[in-house]
Amino acid sequence: MLSRKPVWAVLALSLFGGAAQAADEVVVYSSRIDELIKPVFDAYTAKTGVKVKFITDKEAPLMQRIKAEGQNGVADLLLTVDAGNLWQAERMGILQPIKSNAIEQNIPPQYRASSGDWTGLSLRARTIVYSTERVKPEELSTYEALADEQWEGRLCLRTAKKVYNQSLTATLIETHGEAKTEEIVKGWVDNLSTDVFSDDNAVLQAIEAGQCDVGVVNSYYFGRMHKANPQLPLKLFWPNQNDRGVHVNLSGIGLTRHAPHPEAAVRLVEWMTGEQAQKLFADLNQEFPANPKVEPSAEVAAWGSFKADSIPVEVAGKRQAEAIRLMDRAGWH
Amino acid sequence: MPHTPQRRWYVPVALCAALVLLPLSVLALSWQSIDIQIWSHLLDTQMRRLLGNTLTLVLGVGIGVLLLGVSLAWLTSLCEFPGRRWLDWALMLPFAIPAYVLAFVFVGLLDFAGPVQSALREAFGPLRLPRVRSTGGVIVVLVLVFYPYVYLLARSAFLAQGRGLMEAARVLGLSPLQAFWRVALPMARPAIGAGLALALMETLADFGAVAVFNFDTFTTAIYKTWYGFFSLSSAAQLASLLLLFVMLVLYGERRARGAGRTGGERARVQPLYRLRGVKALAASAWCLLVFACAFVIPLLQLLAWFYQRGRHDLDERYLGLVWHTLSLGAVAALLTVGVALCLAFARRQAPTPLIRSGVGLANLGYALPGSVLAVALMLAFSYLDNQLVIPLSQWLGGAGEPLLLGSLWALLLAYLVRFMAVAFGPLESTLARIRPSLPEASRSLGVGGLRLFGKVYLPLLVPGTLSAALLVFVDVIKEMPATLLMRPFGWDTLAVRVFEMTSEGEWARASLPALSLVLVGLLPVVGLIRRSARASGLAR
Repeated sequence: MLSRKPVWAVLALSLFGGAAQAADEVVVYSSRIDELIKPVFDAYTAKTGVKVKFITDKEAPLMQRIKAEGQNGVADLLLTVDAGNLWQAERMGILQPIKSNAIEQNIPPQYRASSGDWTGLSLRARTIVYSTERVKPEELSTYEALADEQWEGRLCLRTAKKVYNQSLTATLIETHGEAKTEEIVKGWVDNLSTDVFSDDNAVLQAIEAGQCDVGVVNSYYFGRMHKANPQLPLKLFWPNQNDRGVHVNLSGIGLTRHAPHPEAAVRLVEWMTGEQAQKLFADLNQEFPANPKVEPSAEVAAWGSFKADSIPVEVAGKRQAEAIRLMDRAGWH
Repeated sequence: MPHTPQRRWYVPVALCAALVLLPLSVLALSWQSIDIQIWSHLLDTQMRRLLGNTLTLVLGVGIGVLLLGVSLAWLTSLCEFPGRRWLDWALMLPFAIPAYVLAFVFVGLLDFAGPVQSALREAFGPLRLPRVRSTGGVIVVLVLVFYPYVYLLARSAFLAQGRGLMEAARVLGLSPLQAFWRVALPMARPAIGAGLALALMETLADFGAVAVFNFDTFTTAIYKTWYGFFSLSSAAQLASLLLLFVMLVLYGERRARGAGRTGGERARVQPLYRLRGVKALAASAWCLLVFACAFVIPLLQLLAWFYQRGRHDLDERYLGLVWHTLSLGAVAALLTVGVALCLAFARRQAPTPLIRSGVGLANLGYALPGSVLAVALMLAFSYLDNQLVIPLSQWLGGAGEPLLLGSLWALLLAYLVRFMAVAFGPLESTLARIRPSLPEASRSLGVGGLRLFGKVYLPLLVPGTLSAALLVFVDVIKEMPATLLMRPFGWDTLAVRVFEMTSEGEWARASLPALSLVLVGLLPVVGLIRRSARASGLAR
């Protein structure tokens, strides 16, 4: 579908109040990119006839926009990734609780906000990835052990500016306290084989190319790359299976406080937590469906099952600032 | 009746200045409360490194763009060597490549896992090569993207210096090099300074390219404070400090510019120095090297990625993206040039201190990091919507809908604020070349007002207006943060798609929107080149 309205027509329309909002539409602000959500919304529109309008950007600007729009808000839903961001949205007061039996049945309570402000849609593990050519899985054990001397010059990490690493560090602080965590993180930084990368894909490529042997990435980055190239000489490792488990984070969605179409929006969220949408949503990005009744994709299922960390995901938000300061001190840039 | 024609200029200038004052006052208001914890953390652990990095970057890029821009402009405008004719315009093409695109192409191509190093390892075994994602790497990339600013302005300054002057220098026994240092360079200093100022403002505001290198600057700290600590007010405080620094740089540039002398002589048509032998070869090689690194190689890498991955994403939705990109760029260029022309006239006709500072203020938007400007504007617009637009429209019996936020107006105003300086520069200098005696003579012949504008100014202004419009167009289509934040629903552009792909680390797939962006940007750049070539030919 191409909208080829001339700019002046749009400008004139907006001036003379042609912005009447249709009742059968839902408006989503999304920090998940176009290609990872549009198929889901398209499926909903095909099924129900309800139009879903959305706009993509980074989390912080979207949240600020919802806050600035206030009572004149146009967004019904905020779709974002990482519990840290969802926790911030909750604290900014831009969300309102959803009461829905369907959602409560579809999504287990540990993947929903205790306030009801948001619900998880898909899960991803931030886990260890290793070169099958240079590392034996027996050598690996925990996140903490990556700070050991045997990994000196063999570790690759992504920048500490990415919220995924901030959330991982936040759960470490929750487990070990600040001093011990700083020691661990310093150990990681000392073991780096090269400067930290700007994204997870680059970490995977560096391990593949032999610049380093192990790294920490979100599972779906591996999933996408492995699906495109099944011969990839890399493998995921599930750390901390003898203690707290793998760090798992989520993508989630929340109803905005001043949503213009709250009922329609809740119906969309209910559908998104249901089986058809969960399958589609999780498979688009090789993630784990948050609805336990839904099977993951073949690619994801092949990784096997693992024990996940049971620390409440909100810890990521509560300790985010603390984590950033700690990473700054440790020299993880 | 005592007529003061100066007075009518106050209103438009005041309006433009107010538009820029909106985001600036949002930044100023952020100082109402200070988050001690964030600031003490920044000061204790971050500030020294951030300032060091930022200063190194500014210094390195400054020296780099001067070296490249001035040397290339000197060679192509005053010398004759094999390939000069096409290199003259080809060296402007890199202007169409956004900094964030060159950054990921550069890293993707040259880093350890990239094709170049992989091939070298294949051939020679393990090697120790210099780090690619390093301070030097960032500087190289930014120099290659921003040197066209200096090149463009220095080139037209050299061309405008006229043959008489350089020939006089020659007759007086100056060697080409001496003539360059003692005559051409001092005379071109204002133009070079203006180009340098643009390049440095872009450098300071850049986020996309430094993020690919994970090179921390003052600007990345602004983003981190907002995205990580979720403290928009601390981010705004940092941004206002950055702005203060930029204002100092700009002030310095204005001071150093001194009394700009524009050569009113006949422009040269023939190149002055015919290079031969080794010198000619060296000149060709130098120009070719820069052109290859800044344009040919990145384009080839984008094409290779496009062939491997990007082409599979090509569908009819891409037409929509291209269409949005083009129309936003065109409308924004029209609007910005119109307003900038008004400002330039105001400054010429009524150079009172008030007007001058108003115009200066209206040009400040360029110095702000795009995202900071965007969010400050967004906050200002939502304030206006809530306090002004909605009550007013309700009072008039309207729907009471917000007008600005989320509309195309907001986005176009954001572009206007951000790129005013880009349009104002060329327009001001074109206007300055029209001698006051010309309109005076017309007035004495009874031609005034609109007829004067249409008959006298307009024909003389067309070239400068075109360059201004093309520059704004290219800048707008490359713009990312404001477009992301303020675009209305359904107005995704190519830059938005590049953002989405690179934010997922999918550089190879970003090749499709990036390549389209470069191609769309090439059209106006080629137009700019043709125009400037014709202008220098016509000036005979």
